Amino acid sequence: MAADAESLMISSEEVMRQAASWKDAGKGVAIATVVTTWGSSPRPVGSQLIVSDLQEMLGSVSGGCIEGAVVTEAQDVISTGVPKLLDFSIADDDARAVGLACGGKVEVFVERLT
Amino acid sequence: MDRALIDTLAAAKADHQPVVVVTDLADGGKSLIENGVGIGEIAIDEEILAASAEALRNDKSRTLDAADGRRLFLHVFNPPLRLFVIGAVHIAQSLAPISALMGYDVTVIDPRTSFATADRFPGVKLTHEWPDEALTDLKPDARSAIVTLTHDPKLDDPALHSALNSECFYIGCLGSQRTHALRVKRLQQAEFSNVQIDRIHGPVGLNIGAKSPPEIAISIMAEITSRLRRSAG
Repeated sequence: MAADAESLMISSEEVMRQAASWKDAGKGVAIATVVTTWGSSPRPVGSQLIVSDLQEMLGSVSGGCIEGAVVTEAQDVISTGVPKLLDFSIADDDARAVGLACGGKVEVFVERLT
Repeated sequence: MDRALIDTLAAAKADHQPVVVVTDLADGGKSLIENGVGIGEIAIDEEILAASAEALRNDKSRTLDAADGRRLFLHVFNPPLRLFVIGAVHIAQSLAPISALMGYDVTVIDPRTSFATADRFPGVKLTHEWPDEALTDLKPDARSAIVTLTHDPKLDDPALHSALNSECFYIGCLGSQRTHALRVKRLQQAEFSNVQIDRIHGPVGLNIGAKSPPEIAISIMAEITSRLRRSAG
């Protein structure tokens, strides 16, 4: 969880700067943004995670429970250019398994940086 | 999302300019709203403008189910909240930590070096410049609040001149009704209009019967919060 704790500390400007520099280096980049939350979700609306086509990631859209799925979906978005609106219900069991007291619902919009 | 938007957002932040990025959640189309004007792929109507203004005021990004059926995401990019306190006095020692807890980036301004010390204000940004010079450097914007606490016109008045010429959302001055009446007279003599002078909250703070410095600090922050969160009128 150390990496997650670190990424929670990174400012949104740093995340965007990194997205720009990946793009400038010729990488495919997707930006994932939390657009709605219900119940207790660990990251507020507007939180962002960036993903490269080399599966690099920076930032966060949850406390770690949905990042894996977002990275996978992001690869699809990077190759097709078609944005996706992902809907996650963070089940209580899953939440407990990753040590989070959430059990919320999160919508994440994933789009390609062009 | 266009790579150029990242540079635009960085520039807006450097200029302390609040902006809203509108995204159509169906196709990823975007527009940027700045100063109440929208530019980009999404036509910005009154409904979107009003919702964006409210989102900026609340500092909360949100989705909007527009009347035409589109589902939009309004992403708020606000400059940081800042508080400039003139006078490193006892009340300032409470105001600094309370405002910091509320998310304000606070700077205490006092040229009297024996007042503005790191011992009295641990971890707080201090400047020993004269208040008008300090505020010229710090450039208060629409997300800034300015509070004068010195009771000394030599220090408070130059700060007020800078504050009244800025877009700051709140100006408050410590002092009794009588002190405030004298202050108003001096500002009128300095050719500030009554409309400008009416921006000043004096005596400072909501009337909650505050007595101790921490209580006064809370009444000031309550008044600042009310100005920040409630729409005009």
